[in-house]
Amino acid sequence: MLMKMPPPVIEVQDLAISLPGGGDRGFAVDHVSFSVAAGEIVCVVGESGSGKSVTAQSIMGLLPKVFPKPAGRILFEGKDITAATPSEMRDLRGRGIGMIFQEPMTALNPVQAVGKQIDEVLRTHLSLSRTERFARVIAAMTEVRLPDPEGMYHAFPHQLSGGQRQRVLIAAALILQPRLLIADEPTTALDVTTQAQILSQIRDLQRERGMGVLFITHDIGVVREIADRVVVMKAGKVVEHGPTVQVLDAPTSDYTRMLIASVPTLEPKRSGHVVNGDVAVKVDTLTKTYHSGGIFRDRRTVHALQGASLSVRRGETLGIIGESGSGKSTLARCITQLIEPSSGSVTLAAAKNGRAFRQRIQMVFQDPYRSLNPRRTVGQSIIEGPMNFGQSKAEALERARELMKLVGLEPHAVDRFPHQFSGGQRQRISIARALAMEPDILVADEAVSALDVSVQAQVLRLIDDIQKRFDLAILFITHDLRVAAQICDRLIVMHRGEVVEQGPVSSIFAAPVHQYTRELLASIPGRAEHMVPA
Amino acid sequence: MLAFIAKRTLSVIPVIVVVSIVVFLLLRLSPGDPAVIIAGDNADAATIERIRSALGLGQPLVTQFFIWAGSLLQGDLGISIFSNIPVTDLILQRIEPTASLALTTLVFAILIAVPLGTIAGATAGSWLDRSLMLVSVLGFSIPVFVLGYCLIYFFSLQLRVLPVQGFSSIREGVGPFLSSIALPTMTLGLAYLVLIARITRASVLEMMGEDFIRTARAKGVKERVVVTRHALRNSAIPILTVIGIGVALLISGVVVIETVFNIPGVGRLVVDAILKRDYPVIQGVILLFSGIYVLVNLAIDIGYAFLDPRVRY
Repeated sequence: MLMKMPPPVIEVQDLAISLPGGGDRGFAVDHVSFSVAAGEIVCVVGESGSGKSVTAQSIMGLLPKVFPKPAGRILFEGKDITAATPSEMRDLRGRGIGMIFQEPMTALNPVQAVGKQIDEVLRTHLSLSRTERFARVIAAMTEVRLPDPEGMYHAFPHQLSGGQRQRVLIAAALILQPRLLIADEPTTALDVTTQAQILSQIRDLQRERGMGVLFITHDIGVVREIADRVVVMKAGKVVEHGPTVQVLDAPTSDYTRMLIASVPTLEPKRSGHVVNGDVAVKVDTLTKTYHSGGIFRDRRTVHALQGASLSVRRGETLGIIGESGSGKSTLARCITQLIEPSSGSVTLAAAKNGRAFRQRIQMVFQDPYRSLNPRRTVGQSIIEGPMNFGQSKAEALERARELMKLVGLEPHAVDRFPHQFSGGQRQRISIARALAMEPDILVADEAVSALDVSVQAQVLRLIDDIQKRFDLAILFITHDLRVAAQICDRLIVMHRGEVVEQGPVSSIFAAPVHQYTRELLASIPGRAEHMVPA
Repeated sequence: MLAFIAKRTLSVIPVIVVVSIVVFLLLRLSPGDPAVIIAGDNADAATIERIRSALGLGQPLVTQFFIWAGSLLQGDLGISIFSNIPVTDLILQRIEPTASLALTTLVFAILIAVPLGTIAGATAGSWLDRSLMLVSVLGFSIPVFVLGYCLIYFFSLQLRVLPVQGFSSIREGVGPFLSSIALPTMTLGLAYLVLIARITRASVLEMMGEDFIRTARAKGVKERVVVTRHALRNSAIPILTVIGIGVALLISGVVVIETVFNIPGVGRLVVDAILKRDYPVIQGVILLFSGIYVLVNLAIDIGYAFLDPRVRY
């Protein structure tokens, strides 16, 4: 007698979701098929706009209303759920399929205690007494290793760290032992060390329970770390799928090869780069302390920055590395005088022809979607600075066109608005805007963090190129050690407001001295081949 | 939390002081001799002199203010020029209809506006949403007195179900009270209602796009619960804020409504006082209204801390 194979937990057959209203392609998801069996982790990998999140949302029945009803079949344990009623789908969500999301910062209700938010799954799906539910929530919180579950039950999301919030979401998603977990970029917004912990936790829980995991990510490193099988998506289509090792080590499609090649390696690129420019900026024991409180409250003091000293030469890129809360952005903002340091000094090299501080030091910010004024054309944004310093409009606009060309955009695009550009293009515009002031020093605060790897590689090349062309001193702030390896000559590692280590990139990577630096290096996903000496 | 409440309450004091200075100057800076104004048209020289010394008008302005503020603290708002009754008593006699009207209006507006706005926000673009938006434009643009007379014409003169005017105290029975106050409440409440409804709609609509709404749906929570427990609950602060701001609207509306519906309340009192230049009464009512406004907003400030754990105190 034949043993009947159990059906996969989820099977997507020929799923097609057309793109509403005149997009650049007909389908958001273009006839996609794949499956996830019990006890395996399948990664769907792709860049932004590849349709991977839309696929995940359609499995949950949570497609935004702008999308039409999907065509094709979605089988949950062999049963087609595309025809399920809204109440059947509600029952499936939380009970049969759990889901976690990218932004743990915003995915929790800010005015409800986190314990209550886990409890909501129980209240929705089961009828248990209050004490039974409380016990189960505490058990779930313990399982995801949240500290002091009884105390944390009553805490509000803003009192938790990003990693803790993601754990709360995992506890809520898994409390009813669903057969499938859909994880949509769950670690993208987290620090690398936290990411490493969350990934291993998902892996452990998945093995213990034998559930299927559909893991959506853009990060090849994460794929290597966690996936059994990989589905590569591009523009709504599956371009390649297969076991992880096969897809990553012997990719058959050009797109997969490009995706893998775009991932920056940890090989320091600038080992042979000689810097002999003058010192452009010198920073001496800069500190920033925040005080809060008043007559009715205990005074609280936060040492955001505790005495950072550095200098950068022209033609040199200094990387400032650290996780959220390490003080790296505070340092950048103190150097650029966007916030006032509590003590210490920032000295620029003697100014030629009396140029102002703001002309000589410029910043490029992290979020290309929000750092350009949406109501002004990009040309207006670019010429605003030079015109403030007395350049005529015609002259500034002429220069803006040149700069647009320099950063790889059409010169006449100065008349367009930010929303008409992609993320990568907007970051190019932000760079053009900074260059319009003809600065000596450029401060890039996580300037490529929000970009897809292929775009990231292009923007990094651009920054490299403009540095050579204008002999810029660059302060490059990033949490991503791979990116730092591409562009930096030297590194400063920051931890809790202090500089814990500094030196040339190659020596820090080869022989990290500080414990924290080692931890940081060990947490980089998909780098099993580069074990850090203990 | 107690420290927060104490701090907020103390912060009200400077506001009250500024208000009382303005009210004080109202009489002192108006043209003419305050004693003559207060004494009225038919007073003899002795009366005027008596008032002059009672108010300390011969002394510096600052001293006068402290004398005035001192009696204020004892609940003495002065004596009405025309009726010779203490202003405090006058206000106490008239407060019930006004307070009743303000409360029924608040309840009427909030009870209808919040559910309506929530449904409209959760179903943005639906027929209900569109009609609410249409009605809200109307509600804002019709002057209170026009609306009042329209309602009187329709409900009282045509349908003959509600009284044209007057006020019946709740002590004389709930039925007469409600029927007498129904039209004034609707008239006064409409603008307030559409204001709250619009803010509720906008806020709920914004919240419906938040990530935590998606999380709640992914937990299998019913849509109705998603809207109330998550979207509406997070909209509480803007809704509360607009309720507080609307109290000012309510206060100015009361004055007009009491005249339209012939209700013997504080609003009518102040209108009469203004017509007769009865300064002590005007001062008393202004102090009362601004005091209420300040207290309502204090309560709302404290309410924030209960509604949103992120409000730091």
